[in-house]
Amino acid sequence: MILQIIDICYLVAVVLFIVGIKLMSHPDSARRGNAIALAGMLLAIVATFLTPGLNNIILILIAMAIGTGSGLYYAKSVKMTAMPQLVSFFNGMGGAAAALIGLVEYGDLAVDEIGKGAVLMASLIIGSISFSGSLIAMGKLEGVIKDIQINKILAFVLLAVAIAVSVYVLQSGEPQPTLVYVIVLISLIYGLAFVYPIGGADMPVVISLLNALTGVTAATTGLLYDNKVMLMGGILVGSAGLLLTLLMAKAMNRSVANILFTSFGGSAGGPVGGDNGDQVAKEINLYDSSILLSYAKRVVVVPGYGLAVAQAQHAVHDLEKALEEKGVEVLYGIHPVAGRMPGHMNVLLAESDVSYEKLIEMDDINEKFPNTDVVMVIGANDVVNPAANDDPSSPIYGMPILEVNRATNVIVIKRGMASGYAGIENALFFDPKTRMLFGDAKKVLTGLVTEVKNM
Amino acid sequence: MEQIIQYISVNQEALYVFILAVFVGIEVISKVPTVLHTPLMSGSNALSGVVIVGSILVLGKTSPDNYLALGLGFLAVLLATLNVVGGFTVTNRMLEMFKKKPAKK
Repeated sequence: MILQIIDICYLVAVVLFIVGIKLMSHPDSARRGNAIALAGMLLAIVATFLTPGLNNIILILIAMAIGTGSGLYYAKSVKMTAMPQLVSFFNGMGGAAAALIGLVEYGDLAVDEIGKGAVLMASLIIGSISFSGSLIAMGKLEGVIKDIQINKILAFVLLAVAIAVSVYVLQSGEPQPTLVYVIVLISLIYGLAFVYPIGGADMPVVISLLNALTGVTAATTGLLYDNKVMLMGGILVGSAGLLLTLLMAKAMNRSVANILFTSFGGSAGGPVGGDNGDQVAKEINLYDSSILLSYAKRVVVVPGYGLAVAQAQHAVHDLEKALEEKGVEVLYGIHPVAGRMPGHMNVLLAESDVSYEKLIEMDDINEKFPNTDVVMVIGANDVVNPAANDDPSSPIYGMPILEVNRATNVIVIKRGMASGYAGIENALFFDPKTRMLFGDAKKVLTGLVTEVKNM
Repeated sequence: MEQIIQYISVNQEALYVFILAVFVGIEVISKVPTVLHTPLMSGSNALSGVVIVGSILVLGKTSPDNYLALGLGFLAVLLATLNVVGGFTVTNRMLEMFKKKPAKK
């Protein structure tokens, strides 16, 4: 009887997962979707506790208590700007859990269960890759790990070796506990080698892919236990994650293969380095900027990651209000990948009460630029780089950009002349229409608010 | 080879579920606006924490004197819980930003 109840709970949990994800793909119902998926998860966990003959319950509860405590702590204390790193971190934990389950299960595996063994090896390999890959992705987003060139062929050799050793272990007909640890080790190294050479700007796509991989390991673990909730839930994440990966790559106009197998920056043939011939960027001061802004009819703000880092999202909202009192129309042009992840910038601006209708997506705002008096680029770089349109040798060539140089004036607020995340020079800064306003985004914006109010 | 084919035939029910779930997953998020990419990724990341079920099962069947397995299982439960709790909380925090939208309209 109890087993049937568990099965029914799992069935309901799976339905809740599907409905939850479905609702999460619309802005209005997204929160409800998250709550429904969470309810499904809680149901699945409670049902699992009903399993007859469960030992070590106290130990399980202690582990869950620690996990819950630290999970809540990290999730609540992290700044909105560091969100992508945290998602990557959590994803790695899921992969690690799957790999650990595989390790323990291997001890109980009879040597003649080759089918089950193969599933177990898949859990081990994919879980380990997901774990180490996610941690590297996190480090890259955080900026602590720089791009390192690793021979792609060498990386694939690692994967091939891991698979070959697994096949050997399964074929050998006797337990090989040491070799199983070797498989895990090689897979971990492969995860590192896989993510290391990929440019930081492409990290969101990589994290989404690693997320799909964690889903797949959850599913293979489900196969191992003939457990439908893990199987369904895992595959759901795997396929949805894979599709999401493709959608994200499409938003950046990059193919997934391109991201995974070629690297950004460094080796690029385009203009690299600090000096750009005899071109000089023209500076502008706070006062002149505020005049330009106050007498404009329409100002478009193009925010980038720099705005988020400087925590200037509130300051930009203040400037928006000050300008609107002067009768200036203020809009925000949001590049799909502004920030560190698609949609990241919307979340940050919404946090500082910027009205939703003012956030205009790329295609719509590009039509408005010719009728815009001033564009203020704040801490953005690659997403406004005209090289994406007219320099085929540039690594970002083909990426859709915000065509800010079609506006009458462009003010670029930036800390210095350093190049953007993709590590390439930006011709926009040397455009005759462009004026550079150097400084910390938050200080500059606060200064502008004062100047505009005094006008 | 024989064993693999046999494994597939014994577990064909699971394989049907596997394949159908792939299509459900793709179908369910086929139309998602860019703004929701990050929250959705975070949400599906939380769901992949369903591996916690396996962690509980593995720790639950370990005999209390197998210390290595206990240690690994304990870690598995802890990390999977971290994935679930952290994942859902972070997703909720991101989505909270969206709820102001209807109020302003």
